[in-house]
Amino acid sequence: MVQYTTARLDASFAALSDATRRGVLEQLGREDASITELAQKFHMTLTGMKKHVGVLEQAGLVTTEKVGRVRTCKLGPRRLEEETAWIERYCQLWASRFDELDKVIEEQKQKEMVDGRKKRE
Amino acid sequence: MDARRESEPAPKNRTTTERKSDRELVVTRTFNAPARIVFEAWTKPELFKRWWVPKSMGMSLLTCEMDVRVGGKYRLVFGVGGSKVMEVFGKYIEVTPHSRLVWTNEEGDEGGAITTLTFEEKGGQTLLVKHDLYPSKEALDGELASGAADGMPEQLDQLDELLVTLGGSVGRS
Repeated sequence: MVQYTTARLDASFAALSDATRRGVLEQLGREDASITELAQKFHMTLTGMKKHVGVLEQAGLVTTEKVGRVRTCKLGPRRLEEETAWIERYCQLWASRFDELDKVIEEQKQKEMVDGRKKRE
Repeated sequence: MDARRESEPAPKNRTTTERKSDRELVVTRTFNAPARIVFEAWTKPELFKRWWVPKSMGMSLLTCEMDVRVGGKYRLVFGVGGSKVMEVFGKYIEVTPHSRLVWTNEEGDEGGAITTLTFEEKGGQTLLVKHDLYPSKEALDGELASGAADGMPEQLDQLDELLVTLGGSVGRS
């Protein structure tokens, strides 16, 4: 876990060490954009922008999705972290619900066994 | 793993939660009982209300109405100290005894999620899969975002703390 975090921090800092990439993040903070739009905005070639986006993507700072011929970029990590946190909490709620359900089920099982015995007697 | 599970004294079964796609959220859990018993615990109000709101949630079920048949409605009212804080309702759109239950969740602003529960019995155990299908990616995103930020009832924050406390004491029974 710690190692994972450290590796991710390294990737994040490396990704953020470049002015263009910081600019891209800022831009995506305002709105999602395609690689083409980003390349135009930062006066770069498509290939150059693809590389920058690739680095950001690897660091988990940006996610991209290709629809048809257009690859759209959006901010990634915060969303993902929030989502993970939510899912964890949701899972905890259900786990604690199901632990209660276990008790009810166990009781019903016992009850059926007793009832079954009574019927046979 | 299954063999080990059987030889150990009643280990706790794991609950998993996964976002399967943009619109789907899936929760799974195995229960040490036949599907019939698990199904009844979901469909008989007197059993359902005993587990749906764990004590640790800090809430109670004030009302638990469920008319479990196709087209039948359900309504759950949650309260804290006797006053209502939340209400959920919807209707059953599929009821197959001991194997499948499908219902709508209508408390949302627009169309809510459709919940499908399946009960799969294997060797005296039942695998329960709860599948929520949201009307759109935005609907599920919204749910996730609101929960992560501030939309979740305060009680659920307390739940986190309490669960940690409870975590230390489970397995004693």
